[in-house]
Amino acid sequence: MISQHTDSTGTYASVHFKSRAHDKLNDAKVQRAMRNFNLAAARSRAVAEVDNFEDLRTAAAAIRDRSLADLDVWLERFEREATRRGTKVHWAETHDDINRIVIEIAKAASVRKVIKSKSMVSEESHLNAALEGAGMQVVETDLGEYIIQLAGETPSHIIAPAIHKTRDDVADLFHEHHKTPRKQSISELTMEARKFLREHFLSADMGISGSNFLIAETGSTFIVTNEGNGRMTTTMPRVHVAITGIEKVVPTLEDVSALMRVLARSATGQSISNYISVNTGPKQPGDADGPEEMHVIIVDAGRSQLIGSDMQEALRCIRCGACMNHCPVYQNIGGHAYGWVYPGPIGSVLTPNYIGLQNALDLPNAATLCNQCGVVCPVRIPLPDLMRKLREKQVDRGLRPKSERFALKMWAWAAARPGIYSLFTRIAARVGKSMGGSGGLIHKLPGGGAGWTQDRDMPAPGGKTFRELYANRPSKGGGGR
Amino acid sequence: MSSREAILSRIRKARGVAAEPTGAEQARIEAHLRARPISTRPSLEWNPLERFREQCVRMSSTVDGVATMSEVPAAVARYLSSAKLPMQAVAWPGIAALDWSASGVAVEGRPAGGDDLVGITGVHLAIAETGTLMFLSSPTTYAATSLLPETHIAVVPVGVIVPAMEEAWDRTRRETGDLPRAVNFVSGPSRTADIEGQLQIGAHGPFRVHVIVVGA
Ligand code: SF4
Repeated sequence: MISQHTDSTGTYASVHFKSRAHDKLNDAKVQRAMRNFNLAAARSRAVAEVDNFEDLRTAAAAIRDRSLADLDVWLERFEREATRRGTKVHWAETHDDINRIVIEIAKAASVRKVIKSKSMVSEESHLNAALEGAGMQVVETDLGEYIIQLAGETPSHIIAPAIHKTRDDVADLFHEHHKTPRKQSISELTMEARKFLREHFLSADMGISGSNFLIAETGSTFIVTNEGNGRMTTTMPRVHVAITGIEKVVPTLEDVSALMRVLARSATGQSISNYISVNTGPKQPGDADGPEEMHVIIVDAGRSQLIGSDMQEALRCIRCGACMNHCPVYQNIGGHAYGWVYPGPIGSVLTPNYIGLQNALDLPNAATLCNQCGVVCPVRIPLPDLMRKLREKQVDRGLRPKSERFALKMWAWAAARPGIYSLFTRIAARVGKSMGGSGGLIHKLPGGGAGWTQDRDMPAPGGKTFRELYANRPSKGGGGR
Repeated sequence: MSSREAILSRIRKARGVAAEPTGAEQARIEAHLRARPISTRPSLEWNPLERFREQCVRMSSTVDGVATMSEVPAAVARYLSSAKLPMQAVAWPGIAALDWSASGVAVEGRPAGGDDLVGITGVHLAIAETGTLMFLSSPTTYAATSLLPETHIAVVPVGVIVPAMEEAWDRTRRETGDLPRAVNFVSGPSRTADIEGQLQIGAHGPFRVHVIVVGA
């Protein structure tokens, strides 16, 4: 299959991580665009506002673990409740299944135009291309997704997909595609997108969304957005299809409330996202709005292999993006270098697991081992640990040289000792070198390690990020706390 | 084997459990569904009304307060004229039934279309912790009214303000049983930061959310 993630020989772009990363580092425009990226600072402020964020993380991880421990039983409960309320539940084993099911639903409902709220799972399956191949018009409605759709690209971040684009890029794209006078300011560009997308919302036959969570108790989807496109997608078109992974099921409405507290803070530094839509079944008799058909597609596509394995914790992920916002490697090279749907630390773990270790050789090595991702992850996924395990697997399968094994052992030893670890990671950051053979990559980071500390959130001992320590520092002369 | 069975049995195999869910597994999930425990939360030691007003502003909504429902039309007129907005709105039927005659605002009780500029709604509940409005779908509580117009005005009786989302679910379950088709939570106007990370208000939903608290 040729796609945006593979070349004409079917080779995954994620195979070429090192050369792609190098290209990105030399791309001054990506570097400039990435500088605007301040979600890490926003997160720190939001975290400092609650008195017990670390406890909220622990509780959130426990909720995700509860789902995963009895995953099939919760999924069956979700299916039973959703079906009782008139939702049609579909199961997709592979990416091809997703596309086939969506096309079947669309054809049966004579769909011509499809609007999409953000769905990362549909990026995995290249759904847009499949729908277009079946003769349908597809319009992405998340502003970032819309921009990259016009540009013919893939997302570079899971919550800020067009973060690598400058306003000039967007102005050129809109001028070319909308055939309107070229706009100068970000607000004019946003307004123009609103106007064009509004037309699409009102004329589309089908809305496709992801679902941040599935609620087993009620059989509901749970869709979070700031723009309101999730609400539009689930309200305006006559058919709604939500596509999500098997791991997204959550037992109760109380459980999802707790996850929301850490999700919004970790993603954008908000106490809550602007819009949450909880949808249970199609339009009911007498309702003024809502779809006539509601479908949920529950996707495996590699996920079930992680259950019961030493990678299971990765399935806790609630896709907040904090790990990439705090990753010095991601911050310097952007998301496209990772070559598949999920970039950053979580991408380095999921990509080899979902598309094969041999297709993502460098990804588990795309880390400085600074553990910032592990410190910020709202569901406490031990990301550096998982990356280390993947590297060990690569060595064991002869995919990487045996000499790396010793380095990995050293790292595991240091990681268990916070003082040494922190010293080590700081040294590693300064020297701009990571252990285990990927030093070549890190050497190429501009400005060396010292430059990172300027506006990035660097590690500090005690499981807090530098910004958190700074935010919580005792105030001078005020007696402190 | 269907995809459904294939996926479920793969998960069970990976978990290392028998082919069919056991009584013990079912009992475990039933117990959790019955207890619906509230997880660890931040301290909620504030006055709910004050917190609600403060968090609305935090989420970029504006807030006003009146003593009784009969004062709502005048408060709406005040807001629209001070913000230089059209004195014309669509509203939920319950709101349209108020006496608007002296207010100077022309209010129609019908669902909003793409061209309506001001939408006025009530709410089902409101959440103090985050300054959030909660809407349930029904034949008379049109979802589009709080979504399509550029300006959304929400009328919030003080008695519907609950501390946090957990209390909102609990009360909704007791009052309505099954959830309606759509439960929507709205916290301030629509926003995006998708171009160069710069915050813009009014992406797809309203540019302005104005909250009128009644009975404070
Ligand atoms: S791994 Fe953790 S930090 Fe990264 S996106 Fe998932 S939940 Fe967020």
